[in-house]
Amino acid sequence: MSAFNTNNFSTNGYELPASVGASLKPEHFASILHTPPPLGFFEIHAENYLVAGGPFHHYLTQIRQNYPLSIHGVGLSLGGQNPPNLQHLTALKSLIDRYQPAVFSEHLAWSNHGNHFLNDLLPLAYNQQSLNRICAHIEQVQQFLGRQILLENPSTYVEFTQSTFTEAEFISALVERTGCGLLLDLNNLYVSCRNHNWEIQPYIRALPLAAVREIHLAGFHREIDPMGEALFIDSHDAQVDDAVWALYKSIIQQLGPIPTLIEWDNNLPPFSDLLAEVQLAQTILDAYNTLPAKAQP
Amino acid sequence: MTFDAAWAHSLLNPDAELPADLRVWNHSDPAIRFAVYRNNVVASLIQALADSFPVINALVGDEFFNAMTAIYVRQHPPRSPVLAYYGADFADFLQDFPPAASVPYLADIGRLEYAVIQAFHAADMPSLTTQQVQGLLINTEKLAQLQLSLHPSLQTLQSSFAIGSLWFAHQGAGNIADVQPEIPEALWILRFQLAVEVLPMSAGDCQFLQALLKGQPLGAAAESVIEAEFDLIRCLNVLLQKELITHFHYL
Repeated sequence: MSAFNTNNFSTNGYELPASVGASLKPEHFASILHTPPPLGFFEIHAENYLVAGGPFHHYLTQIRQNYPLSIHGVGLSLGGQNPPNLQHLTALKSLIDRYQPAVFSEHLAWSNHGNHFLNDLLPLAYNQQSLNRICAHIEQVQQFLGRQILLENPSTYVEFTQSTFTEAEFISALVERTGCGLLLDLNNLYVSCRNHNWEIQPYIRALPLAAVREIHLAGFHREIDPMGEALFIDSHDAQVDDAVWALYKSIIQQLGPIPTLIEWDNNLPPFSDLLAEVQLAQTILDAYNTLPAKAQP
Repeated sequence: MTFDAAWAHSLLNPDAELPADLRVWNHSDPAIRFAVYRNNVVASLIQALADSFPVINALVGDEFFNAMTAIYVRQHPPRSPVLAYYGADFADFLQDFPPAASVPYLADIGRLEYAVIQAFHAADMPSLTTQQVQGLLINTEKLAQLQLSLHPSLQTLQSSFAIGSLWFAHQGAGNIADVQPEIPEALWILRFQLAVEVLPMSAGDCQFLQALLKGQPLGAAAESVIEAEFDLIRCLNVLLQKELITHFHYL
């Protein structure tokens, strides 16, 4: 029996629906309660809700009554040199206990140095040493929370001379050893592949696709490096790029409907524009659902 | 230096050398790519401060605010990923920031804006019921011995400057040109229902509330006020109307 099977953590009876959700932003609280929009779930950044009380909890409590919830952490620093901060983990557990999300996800990245939080998702070398370390961190978090977590593939701008695994191999090993799920961020995947001149299809084939529990879609920002090559910035401030939509269609054809999030964190558009992106993704999921049964894998 | 120490140092110091062992597939200058991380760290934290301190930003303008907060961010990176609490010592930084010395009230505006954020996110706590309040008020002979627990959002702020009037002018209430900054002001900051309120009170009212917050009963708290301007009835009215009394106890 592989480690994958022995670490079968409970999802507390909840699951995200195989439909499209959106990031929950305070700017949209009132309009969501006034006119509940037709979408599958909401996702919050955990750290925004690690406050004692007030309007954020007031609105989230009401919205949670009407929608499934995904909690997405951005500050656990799973890729850090040291184990996850126990105080932060305890606060996350309280938040998870309170709102009973269908999934909790974090990043293959780091952000802490000593007592300092650097507020970015920073990259790391992929080798045996970092694999052992991050496996231990993920296992610690899953034990502490008593549930499976999802790990998101990163967008990165540099690589490391000490890396001995490809990113997809590294993620595959993490999933295999810890039993965590994969949050497949197709925008990150596209941005990283273009930034590092990785071939996209071999990267996707090397991923543990059976472990994908959620997909993220977002917009990026185009720059170029001094050699005139792509330097794409994962900015979450725009519509999903056509290239990422194409990847999404092909992944859904391959895997079937997967809960999908439209992430939009900066330069927020009117809520109706965000819903239009949700609708586009939902159309792609619906197209799979209406395929003749024999055409489905 | 360890890996993360080297990265943290290079991220927060634009003139520092790059961390070792970076690789770029086309052998282009890794500094260009590392600059994306440098920018993400500093720009996102500047944005967090702009979100928490909008009046400071408006008072000094974007260019000055961005330059000033870039220095603060590099000297005082956050100690928690919960950015609602970032900037606890930003006002102290402003106090000792020579380029801002021409705006002497800036630090106290910073204290007010931080207090507003803390009130916004303070714990929820139900207030006494109308019945309980009536029971307290009927018992006049025991009022002096009454010890009150107050809502966690409630804070006081006293300044040598007209920070309340300046803050109100930036909320669209009043004209900033009419504000005389050199007039001392005293404020209560609280959350009522879902909204933070900043109430102009007197220095004596603030002394009284500070005594209550330290656990003194009503009588002793009122007697502890040495400021001339103090209105006990106004203070009790605010505590009752804004539903700020959460528990009580007779000493």
